[in-house]
Amino acid sequence: MRAVIAEDSLLLRIGVVKVLEAAGFQVCAQVTDAEGLLAAVEEHRPDIAVVDVRMPPGFTDEGVRAALVIRRQYPRTAVLLLSQYVEERYAADLLAANTSGVGYLLKQRVADVEEFTEAVRRVAAGGTALDPQVVAQLLVRRHSDPLDRLTPREREVLELMAGGRSNSGIAAELVVSESAVAKHINSIFTKLDLPRADADHRRVLAVLRFLGVATA
Amino acid sequence: MQFATWPQRVLAGPFRGAGRRTAFVAAGLPLHLAVVPLWLWLVGTLAALVPAATLRPALLPLAALPVLLALVVTPLLTAGQRRRYRALVGRDLPRPAVPGPGRGWKSAVRRLATRSWWRQACYHAVAGPLLAVVDLAVLAVWAAALAAASIYVWIWALPPQWRVSDLGYTVQAAYLTAGGLALLFLAPRLTGALVRLESRAAEVLLGPSRTEKLARRVADLTASRAGVLDAADEERRRIERDLHDGAQQRLVALAVNLGLARSTLGDLPADARTVIDEAHREAKEAIAELNNLVRGLHPAVLEDRGLDAALSGVAARLPIPVRVAVDLPQRPSPTVEAVAYFVVSEALTNVVKHARATRADVTVERLGETLLVVVADDGAGGADLAAAGGTGLAGLARRVASVDGTYSCSSPAGGPTVITVELPCAP
Repeated sequence: MRAVIAEDSLLLRIGVVKVLEAAGFQVCAQVTDAEGLLAAVEEHRPDIAVVDVRMPPGFTDEGVRAALVIRRQYPRTAVLLLSQYVEERYAADLLAANTSGVGYLLKQRVADVEEFTEAVRRVAAGGTALDPQVVAQLLVRRHSDPLDRLTPREREVLELMAGGRSNSGIAAELVVSESAVAKHINSIFTKLDLPRADADHRRVLAVLRFLGVATA
Repeated sequence: MQFATWPQRVLAGPFRGAGRRTAFVAAGLPLHLAVVPLWLWLVGTLAALVPAATLRPALLPLAALPVLLALVVTPLLTAGQRRRYRALVGRDLPRPAVPGPGRGWKSAVRRLATRSWWRQACYHAVAGPLLAVVDLAVLAVWAAALAAASIYVWIWALPPQWRVSDLGYTVQAAYLTAGGLALLFLAPRLTGALVRLESRAAEVLLGPSRTEKLARRVADLTASRAGVLDAADEERRRIERDLHDGAQQRLVALAVNLGLARSTLGDLPADARTVIDEAHREAKEAIAELNNLVRGLHPAVLEDRGLDAALSGVAARLPIPVRVAVDLPQRPSPTVEAVAYFVVSEALTNVVKHARATRADVTVERLGETLLVVVADDGAGGADLAAAGGTGLAGLARRVASVDGTYSCSSPAGGPTVITVELPCAP
């Protein structure tokens, strides 16, 4: 797998490169700003771009905007945003445009090397990885609607689904069996009024509804 | 300053600057007396008018003329007085507020409607002539003192037949000289007192009124306070940037390297592994602490996406469920945003620390030109500004007061606690 890294802090860039290389990624470009990132993606067409949110020259949300451009123009390149703080607004922007092949994690998650490389692989393969803090923030403002009907356990399951975990991942996290997870998920689908007809997408729809980024 | 011997101090001291002050008094005379002909004219016309009852309307314009002249003359005289003060005693009389720019009839009429014009007219018409009398008296003292002190010169210089009652080199002449010298030492003091009196009168009647001065002071203070607030805000942002680009990144890089060491160096002795694990954990905790600290300063997302996004972030990091509802059609000024953010995050911190609440509710909405911030919880209540744990609340009230906001806290024992803050924001 090939990766491009955009991060203006030299120390952290070296760290991320080392972690990715240890995980078997080939880092084909390291850049320090959004412009350089777009040029590198154009040139290398990597499987994943690991992008800092705050970069020169404005030091606000350049990374998020570059990520949106990348997801639109190069759909085969996944984007993993890294940020000192996670802000659900950035995540909402990102997810509203595209829910597959995006990730948004706190920078310090890189330090948990195994979990981080697992998340990078998942995103590069077209999955999702959302930081638990983003998920928590999204919960704060979703207060009305059918989500209130969920039990605390179902909420936990939905949160982990929103974080991008598979059924087995959720089962491991909550220390329950996989069939219990499946049962919770079915109950969630029922409570969120998601009919069985379009079975393959129900998971995404549930997460979108949970995150409040989709209107349907 | 040069050293002066005591005779110099005693003898020359009173006369230092006396010339300029006397010139100031003398220059005041024509300015003060300029309106007297107008007065005489007015009085004369009225005197001619009254015995004739109302039968001579032709004189009415003649009576009105001095008044009209006074309208024109007043600003000129005021300008003259300003020049006199600046040139001779080095003082700038503060100017009263001018009602709008422009020339011509409209602005002249507008000028007439102001209190400051009437005060000026009062100065020139009433205070001026009275001051002129005092001016004359002081100038007469100077003249008499000089004449008496130099009486021997006159006796010597003038031919005998011109002298008043043929005063010779007599004892009376000696008395006159002594008296003149005494007056000569008195005159500068009188002049100084008169300058102070004139300045006082001019300041009261020609300068801005007390209300105007207060209004100006309030405007100045408001501007300077806004400047201080903005500077403090800018400073917080700078510290946030410095920490973000410096210490935080280094710590994260350290944690990443430790994590990498932990996962790649499989053949380490158990001791070394424990040390690395420990360091890794410590680094991550330090990052979390630093993150909270920096966010409390001025989160980047507040600048970037506004209150809604920033407050959701605050609420999400609390251990209790918080509902955040922000309804702002347009964003308030950065300073107001920063204060509102501070209020909510400080209030929520208090809720978690002291209130034993199970949930909290934050509402931010704009009502006209007011930003209304309400933070409510279902905790034990009893929050008190003066209480030991209330330092956070007191700081909150101060920060609100700094932008002329109002703060109120309802917290009966047993709860619930509701903190309401209103922040003014210009449309």
